[in-house]
Amino acid sequence: MEAVVFWFAAALAVAGALGIVLQRNPFYSVLALVVHLIALAVLFLLLRAEFLAAAQVIVYAGAVMVLYVFVVAYVGGLEDPLTEPSPALRALAVVFCVALLAELSVAIAGSGLKALDTHGPELEAGFGSPAQIGELFLTRFLIAFELVSLLLLIAAVAAVVLARREPETSSRPQPDRGLARERQVF
Amino acid sequence: MDIVWYLVLSALIFSIGAVGVLTRRSPLVVLICLELMLNAGNLALVAFARMTGTADGQIFALIVMIVAAAEVVVGLGLIVAMYRNRVPMDVDELSELRG
Repeated sequence: MEAVVFWFAAALAVAGALGIVLQRNPFYSVLALVVHLIALAVLFLLLRAEFLAAAQVIVYAGAVMVLYVFVVAYVGGLEDPLTEPSPALRALAVVFCVALLAELSVAIAGSGLKALDTHGPELEAGFGSPAQIGELFLTRFLIAFELVSLLLLIAAVAAVVLARREPETSSRPQPDRGLARERQVF
Repeated sequence: MDIVWYLVLSALIFSIGAVGVLTRRSPLVVLICLELMLNAGNLALVAFARMTGTADGQIFALIVMIVAAAEVVVGLGLIVAMYRNRVPMDVDELSELRG
């Protein structure tokens, strides 16, 4: 049963990943990413990471994807590239990534970790639950927790600064228009 | 399922994401492919957490998720700013840093 769920979710995750890379329209890429993220959440559940799976679905497939869809709808029409890359460069990129995959597989096979071919140890009941994650965050990983909250604040401020309208470009035409209207009046 | 299959799947997703980052032109799709690579790393971290029987790897994965969310916010903010300033939406055209 576990193997069936694993292979189904793995196939879905790989299909979603391929869909992201191969789709011409960025909107379909974002939808493929949603499929991929939900398949990954299933894999997290199989690995006994309940809280992480819930966070994946709520934070990623919920909030971040809404942001992506919004920006794709706002910017739109990105699918036609200005310059077509040379096929040789594209083939080179694919060859490079196949080499990367081979290298990673060799690294996994040659790591010599004895537990790789097992299901992992037997776990107690509360493994990966919100209680355990929260306790670890507030004891062993307290500094990382505080730093990450600071990072989120910085990112929010950066997004506001980046996406706001430039004040001088929006206010510059107005005095001219006002002057022109005054000239018309007089 | 054996842990090794999760790691192989993670390597496969990472490589697919790398293909996307290297071959796609639109900065938006490049961001999505970066997200794919970060998620592959997350899957490996959670698999190792299951292998060792401690939840530390899950904490790392959660922090990676938060960093990825921050990256997405800044990246999408940059894309909106580029669109406003009529900068061409092509990563090969964006080879200069100019304020």
